[in-house]
Amino acid sequence: MQAEFGQWAIFGLFTVFIIGGGIGTVTSSNLFHAALWLIISLFGVAGFFVLLAAPFLAAIQVLVYIGAIVVLIIFAIMLTRRLMGLREAPNSQWLFGLLGAAVTFGVIVLGLVLASAGNTPLLASQPLSEITGESLRDLGIALVDLNQYVLPFIVASLLLEAAMVGAIVIAREDE
Amino acid sequence: MAEFLVNSGWNANLAQIVASVLGAVVLASFGLVWIIFSIWLERKFAGRVQDRIGPNRTGPYGLFQTFADVGKLLTKEDITPEGADKHVYNFAPILAVAGILAIFAVIPFNHAWVGADLNIGVLYFVAVGSLTTLAILLAGWSSNNKYALLGAFRAIAALISYEVPMILSLAVPVLLAGSMSMQDIVKGQSIAYIFVVPVSALIFFISQLAEVGRSPFDLIEAESEIIAGFNIEYSGMKFAMFYAAEFIHAFVICILTAVLFLGGWRGFGAGEPGYELFGFIMLMTKSVAVYVLVMLLRSTLPRIRIDHMMAFNWKFLVPLALVNLLVVMFLARPFVPDYAAAEALVAQGGFAGLIGGIFGAGFIAELPRAVVLLIANVIMFAVATQLLHRYGEAQRAKLGVRPVAATRAPAMASD
Amino acid sequence: MLPLTAFLIVAALLFCIGMYAVLARRNAVAILMGIELMLNAVNINLVAFWRYLTPGTAATAEGLQIGMAGQSFAIFVFVVAAAEVAVGLALVISIYRNRRTVIAEDVDTLRY
Repeated sequence: MQAEFGQWAIFGLFTVFIIGGGIGTVTSSNLFHAALWLIISLFGVAGFFVLLAAPFLAAIQVLVYIGAIVVLIIFAIMLTRRLMGLREAPNSQWLFGLLGAAVTFGVIVLGLVLASAGNTPLLASQPLSEITGESLRDLGIALVDLNQYVLPFIVASLLLEAAMVGAIVIAREDE
Repeated sequence: MAEFLVNSGWNANLAQIVASVLGAVVLASFGLVWIIFSIWLERKFAGRVQDRIGPNRTGPYGLFQTFADVGKLLTKEDITPEGADKHVYNFAPILAVAGILAIFAVIPFNHAWVGADLNIGVLYFVAVGSLTTLAILLAGWSSNNKYALLGAFRAIAALISYEVPMILSLAVPVLLAGSMSMQDIVKGQSIAYIFVVPVSALIFFISQLAEVGRSPFDLIEAESEIIAGFNIEYSGMKFAMFYAAEFIHAFVICILTAVLFLGGWRGFGAGEPGYELFGFIMLMTKSVAVYVLVMLLRSTLPRIRIDHMMAFNWKFLVPLALVNLLVVMFLARPFVPDYAAAEALVAQGGFAGLIGGIFGAGFIAELPRAVVLLIANVIMFAVATQLLHRYGEAQRAKLGVRPVAATRAPAMASD
Repeated sequence: MLPLTAFLIVAALLFCIGMYAVLARRNAVAILMGIELMLNAVNINLVAFWRYLTPGTAATAEGLQIGMAGQSFAIFVFVVAAAEVAVGLALVISIYRNRRTVIAEDVDTLRY
């Protein structure tokens, strides 16, 4: 029972980070603060990855999302503002946006409840599989194995290269 | 420690948590206590290199200089500039120090003393190092100061650029040891990796120097140029935290270089069961040796300009690191060390047995790969320096007439 | 034991929060932040399914080959997110240079 409570406590803590950070991101009127709430939310997601026995993904999350993407977002915020501290207001359709998001959430939760209550065994209180500490090695093999995911891996790296070149060309000052 | 608490009647899980927290506190304090010594060492060393005495008033040989420094910083007025983002402004130095201290968790001091032997240890310390970058950005932005912001921009550009060769050169010891866990990398170093892949060690060392912001890359807070860059508005204890973070970071990279490339706690039978303290001392000795090198570089080399720094990174370090990684990849594959065969060879006696007796069977197992990679690295280094030489000559030739003082006087009209 | 649906509900909530940001914010960079939240929600989903459904559980007894698909797909989502943020922010900066505004509603003429 102690372990149960511990798991739920950690899960609850990270959920607070994620949802709290998410709400802070979307409602903060100061864009820079929104980026900081985003960092908190991403930390929560990294914590989830650790809880889900994917430590490699957690480290990559911190490194790529927080260490690079959020830095990039903050740079963009700084480069595209003329006055510091300008307040952002939501646009004229925010009520529809809220309704749309709420309806989507309701539909998804309905789907989940139906899936776990019906006769599909897919989601009904799955016991955790026996993940070993070898998942790191398996992941590495999966990404280069000809029978598995080497093609998407190579395509992803080409995508990154194209994005890199594209971003440099687009953001360059006209000479 | 956990068993002790459990035996005295505590709950098992609670004891585990308390023991972990205590372990974390000990590790963090180790870093903080060390800089009390290292700041003094740095100033004395810099003084001697520059032909002066260094601090010698506060205590014998100036040993209490750090306490005097801290006293001064504590009594300074703690200013928060008007219009600054108060919470972010206060949080940035904490994030900087926390990011650095978190690296101590994965450093193996011994075969048994390691905070948390993560099987992604190397990736963890890279990820945590990027938190320091974030702290600088937060500091620069929240100071509500144009120059702090500009300084922070420059610093971030340099820091994230130098992460690329750092990660590329980190991939090499991971490749050679077959694991990202720091403990496994140390255990795989019967031959210290600096003798196997010296080019990787060099690239790692240089990029880590740039990450810390030490000379010759210390334009990040060039005191004489942009007046402390992102630190401008910080005074008192908050500045002390940035200061401490920089020093701890400087020492942490020395420990990391020692762990990843110099063999960590290994050497002459240190660190094995029964010689734990010796292993710890061995690691500290190696790190201090690297730290002396860092201090020497700081005291003697001039500062590099930001555009030179970026050009050096993107035009030299990254291609070199990539080529190095490719070469190591191709050459290390056929020479995977075979420890069982080495044990058998040593057991046979004779010359192999003699070497095995002195250096251990692992030495013989890794020897073929080490020799091949060392030769490849030397060739690569020679080619790289030749290219640099050629490039420097081309740059100088572009300038035309060499600006030497003893040129001939212009032709006289009377001739 | 933490049920799988707990993770899925949190991911759905995060996804909807991100969707609200995309629909209701004016600044283009804020919209990109909402997209990041949505991508993270997708990642949580992927990894949660991987954790709960890899070989050894009832679902795979029916022939569902999962293997390392969850984590691999999550890595691809990371890659795509990084690429998209890079290009997106380059576009935002370019628009700012030409139009001096980053409000998404104001960029509504096809011709500059």
